Amino acid sequence: MSISKNAIISVRNLVKQYDSLTAVKGVSFDVYEGEIFGLLGPNGAGKTTTLEIIETLRQKTSGEIIVDGLDVDKSPNEIKKIIGVQLQAAGYYPLLNLNELIKQFCGLYNTDADPSAMLKLVGLEDKAKAQYKKLSGGQKQRFSIATTLINKPKIVFLDEPTTGLDPQARRNLWDLIREIRSKGATVIITTHYMDEAEQLCDRVAIVEQGEIMALDSPDNLIDKLVSSGFERKKEVKKANLEDVFLNLTGHEYRNE
Amino acid sequence: MSNENKKYSQLRAMLAITKGSLRAMRRSPSAVVFTIAFPMIFIVVFGGMSNRGGVMFDVGLYDKTDTTTHLFQALSHVENIRIVSGTSQDSLIGLLKRGKIDAMIRIEKDPAAPSNEIVTFSTSTVTQQNGPIVKSIIKSIIYAFDSSYIKMSQMYIPAGQKSMMMGPPTAEIRETPPINGREYKAIDFVLPGMLGFSLMSAGVFGTAFVFFSLRQTLVLKRFFATPIQRTYIVLGEGISRVLFQMITAVIIILFGKFIYGFTLLHGVSTALTMITLAGMGLIVFMGFGFVVSSVAPNESVIPVLANIITLPQFLLSGTFFSADSFPPWLKAISNILPLTHLNTAMRKVAFDGASLIDVGSEVLIVFIWGIVIYALAIKVFKWE
Repeated sequence: MSISKNAIISVRNLVKQYDSLTAVKGVSFDVYEGEIFGLLGPNGAGKTTTLEIIETLRQKTSGEIIVDGLDVDKSPNEIKKIIGVQLQAAGYYPLLNLNELIKQFCGLYNTDADPSAMLKLVGLEDKAKAQYKKLSGGQKQRFSIATTLINKPKIVFLDEPTTGLDPQARRNLWDLIREIRSKGATVIITTHYMDEAEQLCDRVAIVEQGEIMALDSPDNLIDKLVSSGFERKKEVKKANLEDVFLNLTGHEYRNE
Repeated sequence: MSNENKKYSQLRAMLAITKGSLRAMRRSPSAVVFTIAFPMIFIVVFGGMSNRGGVMFDVGLYDKTDTTTHLFQALSHVENIRIVSGTSQDSLIGLLKRGKIDAMIRIEKDPAAPSNEIVTFSTSTVTQQNGPIVKSIIKSIIYAFDSSYIKMSQMYIPAGQKSMMMGPPTAEIRETPPINGREYKAIDFVLPGMLGFSLMSAGVFGTAFVFFSLRQTLVLKRFFATPIQRTYIVLGEGISRVLFQMITAVIIILFGKFIYGFTLLHGVSTALTMITLAGMGLIVFMGFGFVVSSVAPNESVIPVLANIITLPQFLLSGTFFSADSFPPWLKAISNILPLTHLNTAMRKVAFDGASLIDVGSEVLIVFIWGIVIYALAIKVFKWE
């Protein structure tokens, strides 16, 4: 995978002040074109706020953000056309089936995507006539991702896409995310699963209380820690419990 | 990967929302029940009520009534008098005591003077309003008999003495040809009221619930992440509701026309004027819905607020019954409400064939409500 050093997103001194709380305290980072970039951190660290400001869904207090050459303050609507957004919590129009929802988003993005092809992409082709609320957690997340791909976005934002999913669903979602990237999109993902970040992300920023504590590739971050003399308390076995679980229950999608 | 060279059309995005919303509405039981089923049921219930124009008086007969008497013959031809028969005298008296009939009479020939007829008349303390009317009807029949008797007797008076007996003519009635009337049927009152009911429930309840839940379930937030502008989201939703409601208005009008003979004075053009009025009314009522959806802190408060807005209007605006008989202070309140003027305008259009210009004053009041309520809605509207 060749990743250029072209910053497709650049964030400088981003500050977000709520009434009494400073959620984001002057963070700066670049996201390179074609990479999977992870924002890691505990709940309340400011990941979602940062993401939603870049997505032009929230106003920032100060700082500068450029997305694919566009300023978030000046051309939010132009930015919305080239990004795909999966919100941590989102709803879809009630009483419509997945096919109809995809068509609705086609209208909203002014594109003509084939609903069944979009659903097939996320393994939901047999749920075309189902309503969103009838889907399982994993299926909801996959559908949500399908809606972000309708406009063939340059950048895809995924906010905790695997939270609450079983191990099979998580792994299948990882495959989907890799596939999205392999088609040329840049992916920004937030998560608090470190194994996920290690598997998926080219580079990660670790965020804590509105500040970036570290930013590098997972490998480099681990190496740095090890070279500083860190040692795990217990020698790691060749497999972990998740491997046992997956080995026993299989890797396929579950029709929950 | 890019498609940015094409011009983005807000209209196309808006129509996608309209289309989805129409689909969802068609599938929503509450939308269908409130906007079609309820008004239909009310029309069946109220529209089926007595269609007779005037008031009826029920009169029972005591035993031994001589039905060959002139008075009985005359009385049985009076339109508003219904002679109750088929039960015993005792049960008739029982009905009179409960006010179920208005009077009891016995008509018989005077045994002393067979040309004379004697009427025994009773009413009860609970028929104080109708009893005297029945009595005066009987009196007027007797008076008519008497005066024709006088005329008849005058004919036998020798010509020379005639003027002395007659006296000056007291009055003369010149009758014009009968004025063409159209019967104002129950449905002519009920149907416009039901249309108003349907528009108001859909406008207030529908809009309030839909916007609250779209916001609460983060459907709106997901829309915000697409390039559509916020105004177009609201427009798209609004248009779908107007379309849906216009279709139901057509169904209600057709139903009334063909099942109950609802009066559409100029046919299709009257119906179109009604639909236009309905559209205007709906848009104003939707303003109330926007306000409710924005000020309600949670979902269970919505029906409370919506009822506070709609219930007084249903009761005071001449929806189910006429506001004419209200005391002045209540009438004053009724005269402020937008639904009152929408109902009045609808009835004038349907029954009198009024145009939109003819009902301009009503339309103006509804319009002023629209300005006030949308000014408020814009001020309080919550997006998230």
